[in-house]
Amino acid sequence: MTTQASTTAYPSGAGGGEPLLSVRDLTVTFGRGGRAFTAVDHVSFDVQPGQTVGLVGESGCGKSVTSLAIMQLLPSRGNTVSGTVSFAGEDLLSLSDAQMRDRRGRDLAMIFQDPLSSLNPVVPLGTQVAEVLQRHKGMKNAPAQKRAAELLDKVGIPDPTRRLKEYPHQLSGGMRQRALIAMALACEPRLLIADEPTTALDVTIQAQILALLKELVQDSGTALIMITHDLGVVAGLCDEVNVLYGGRIVERAGRHDLFARPRHPYTGGLLASIPRLTEERGRRLTPVPGSVADNIPWDHGCAFAPRCASEIGVCRERTPELVPDRPELGADRLLRCHNPLESNPLDDAPTTEESGA
Amino acid sequence: MTNPGPAPDLTPGVPTPSTTGATTDPTPDARRHGALGALADRKKKRIDALAEAGTISSEEGVSLWQSAWRRLRRDPVFLIGAVIVLLFVLVAILAPWLAPHDPRARDLIGQVTPATPIPEPQPGYPLGGDNAGRDMLSRLIVGSRQTLIVGVLATLGGLAGGLVLGTLAGGISGWVDTIVMRIVDVMLSIPSLLMAFSIAALFARPSQWTVILAIAIIQIPIFARLLRGSMMAQRHSDHVLAARALGVRRPAIVFRHMLPNSLGPVIVQGTLVLAVSIIDAAALSFLGLGNPDDSIPEWGQMLGKAQTFFNTYPHIAVYPALCIIVVALGFTLMGESLREALDPKSRR
Amino acid sequence: MTTSTPTQPTADQALPDEDVLLDVRGLKVHFPIKKGVLIDRTVGHVYAVDGMDLQIRRGETYGLVGESGCGKSTFGRAVLQLEEPTEGEVLFDGTDLASLRGEALRRQRRHMQMVFQDPLGSLDPRQTVEQLLLEGMRAHGLADDAKAARARLSALLDAVGLPKNALSKYPHEFSGGQRQRVGIARALSVDPKLIVADEPVSALDVSVQAQVVNLLEDLQEEFGLTYLVIAHDLAVVRHISDRIGVMYLGALVEEADADDLYTSPLHPYTRALLSAVPVPDPTVEDTREQILLAGDLPSPANPPSGCRFHTRCPWRQATRCDTERPQLRVVDLPGTPAGHRVACHWAEQIASGELRPHDVDMELTDQTLTAGPVDTTLGAKGLTDTLP
Repeated sequence: MTTQASTTAYPSGAGGGEPLLSVRDLTVTFGRGGRAFTAVDHVSFDVQPGQTVGLVGESGCGKSVTSLAIMQLLPSRGNTVSGTVSFAGEDLLSLSDAQMRDRRGRDLAMIFQDPLSSLNPVVPLGTQVAEVLQRHKGMKNAPAQKRAAELLDKVGIPDPTRRLKEYPHQLSGGMRQRALIAMALACEPRLLIADEPTTALDVTIQAQILALLKELVQDSGTALIMITHDLGVVAGLCDEVNVLYGGRIVERAGRHDLFARPRHPYTGGLLASIPRLTEERGRRLTPVPGSVADNIPWDHGCAFAPRCASEIGVCRERTPELVPDRPELGADRLLRCHNPLESNPLDDAPTTEESGA
Repeated sequence: MTNPGPAPDLTPGVPTPSTTGATTDPTPDARRHGALGALADRKKKRIDALAEAGTISSEEGVSLWQSAWRRLRRDPVFLIGAVIVLLFVLVAILAPWLAPHDPRARDLIGQVTPATPIPEPQPGYPLGGDNAGRDMLSRLIVGSRQTLIVGVLATLGGLAGGLVLGTLAGGISGWVDTIVMRIVDVMLSIPSLLMAFSIAALFARPSQWTVILAIAIIQIPIFARLLRGSMMAQRHSDHVLAARALGVRRPAIVFRHMLPNSLGPVIVQGTLVLAVSIIDAAALSFLGLGNPDDSIPEWGQMLGKAQTFFNTYPHIAVYPALCIIVVALGFTLMGESLREALDPKSRR
Repeated sequence: MTTSTPTQPTADQALPDEDVLLDVRGLKVHFPIKKGVLIDRTVGHVYAVDGMDLQIRRGETYGLVGESGCGKSTFGRAVLQLEEPTEGEVLFDGTDLASLRGEALRRQRRHMQMVFQDPLGSLDPRQTVEQLLLEGMRAHGLADDAKAARARLSALLDAVGLPKNALSKYPHEFSGGQRQRVGIARALSVDPKLIVADEPVSALDVSVQAQVVNLLEDLQEEFGLTYLVIAHDLAVVRHISDRIGVMYLGALVEEADADDLYTSPLHPYTRALLSAVPVPDPTVEDTREQILLAGDLPSPANPPSGCRFHTRCPWRQATRCDTERPQLRVVDLPGTPAGHRVACHWAEQIASGELRPHDVDMELTDQTLTAGPVDTTLGAKGLTDTLP
């Protein structure tokens, strides 16, 4: 790999104050030697208490691997993790398995895309929630069950005492995801990582879950890392957005700044490629050509170059660094691009009438 | 995973769009002919579309079997299994030339006495002889032939029977499926070795062929059930639905889509069954249901004859037993790694 | 597509005959729920599709939206006779497909094709693209002349934007978007009139979705295709459709031109659905009002009485809603075109603001009967004994 300057370029915490989670140069490599594949490549970001940070990208961009590496849930063999992940001043990557088990569920919790496979199918829901409380808070069974019922109630599961005795398959997808959120929140963690929490759910249920997450973050001050491919979810929920491509952060900005003026051609391409309900019908979508299979390695230049409409000569010669962007476009913006967009691609999008025959 | 540089295949050479419908469509619709003026425009759009789809490597396509083979070639477990199996097959083929003595010649008969029925190992006869004074090593080497024949033929027989029944049940479904599967269930409910004994015992004169037949029959239900199950899974897959939607005829769907995609587990099972067949054949021979003529050696039969002398001369049982274990292990290792290689989840 | 078909407001829902390619009347697909050890007993039915009426005009794109379990996929398959309808007619170009069997049905299949959600699962992994594309052509005698078949193959690849060397490749060697292109080429290979696209882009990466959406639009223009696009993503459906039908528990609750549906949704469910779609624009997200529906979709094995939506409806009234099943009707509101139909007793009062939304107590549904996505699991069971 080429030399990295991301640490030096990284500005100090956005809101001042000590960040709750500070990820620096997190790198995850699968395999060894010639067939090694770097899934996450020197990713750095901070999460302030009570802040919602989005990691956005498509399949294979490394967003899920990042979260698993933070939680140390990657398989112990076949990969190498480097960098630092300091959580409240403590480097999680240097903790032992046993120490990490104590932190997981108590200080950091995670919810996943598929709520059914994240729950044990043969154990009643109440036992699963109570287990977390017994493990981390040393509660006895009876009070743990009572607390479990309160938690289920808090996440909006009706008739919680009856639900405690039920099994995961008896709940709907939305209710299962609520139950998982209840489990994740059982010990009032300071950081919650949500990995595509609504992708498997219907839109009306998705709206319920997002509203719930938003409310929880506001009420309890829990910091949230939201991992998603859906820019709509990001727009409504995240304070700060990191766009990942090919394992690296290519752009970071506050959500208003990012959607008002996407600077990286990939971000702009994503925004221009999705139809939206609020716009006039008839705009022809502007797709990003190719697929992630067309990437070039980062050490040959910019991984996105083969798919990029703004590609210039230098893109395939020199690796772009993640550097602060023009401050007038928003505070603390970072960008990794040789030839950033100068206008919002949506403003000059062609319509069907113009481009069609 | 990467493909630096623009793909070479994005260059034009694009036929005019009006050929799209006109060349083949028997009733060309007026709408389908692009106006001449729009032609250049279309052409440009096409080239854009080509670039849009992303690049495709210009190498020949690699089928699932080919890519499984590429993975297998690097798998040490498969290689160990393959070496064992290959050695076994080579020994079986070259047995007459490899064996130092005639396996039927009673070279050591002079040393067989009521007090010492088994000749000791000695120069020229490294493993000693058997109770008829025949060279142990030569008998083991030549015995590999019968073992291979029994194992392979019994497995192939079972496979053939299983394929027919499984295809009938999985391909036709309905009452055919019900009848076939009930028969299979009945066969499966009888302990397999017991059934093999019964079948072998039906014949007045046990021979090598009765062993093969008996073992083949007991393998049929296993293959049939496996194939039927995997064909049922295929039946519900989207690509079979797509073929139905295309109006492909039913036999073509069964034989072109369902069967080939169901064969993977069956072939894996086949390699595992080869090992089991050899062991079962040994068991039948051991119990005297095999070829009574011991002038043609076979490992199971050798093991069976050895039981009389097992207390005092365990080695004559150990040698054929070891051979059976090693060969069965070879097939099992191959089968297991083949299963892993064909599993789509472990790809890459 | 959006420009090519000017939508003619018709006086009545029954469109002029020559204009309609697909006319579905009273379609029902009920899957039996069986129990029993030795002898299967039918203990109930899953009412996957329960009385669907729908007309699609030649050359238009009809979008069918709804949440998982509403029966939209089953409906798509029933239209193609891949699922046997329990009741009703599917008139395609004047022929009732539901009454056809065997060879007659097989021949008709040429005219209507399907594009699947999962591009990998819908392509046989052991066949090259060439074999995949030739199969349907052979089945309908379109590949008898080898030279013409070659030309057609390359024209097909060309039409979907794949390079020639794709022919010798296997499905697993493509990216998701390319696989979907292969799937579309296969659908086009038999020169169909109607294409039913079941969630054609939802399994693809966001940046690739637009490629496939644009491709579908281009192909429609080039080959004069008619589409039935089934999807849960309202934004995508609105983008490509001329008319949209909203489905809830096996039946349409609202049907309108794409623009009308968005600007003036009449059914409470449509309103909730539209308000739930996240918009990639923070200013919109911060200000817009959401109608959050309480609870989940009721089980299609035990649908609510009366209006199927009344258990979750914020506008539910004490009378009629739980007793009388509303039919699709044209509402008596100024500015509402005749093509805009809704199945709600109180649509006028809700639209005028006379009725206000209220809180809904969450009613739980027993999920044991509908543990899996109904569309796929039960749909699959239904297939077992109905190969053509």
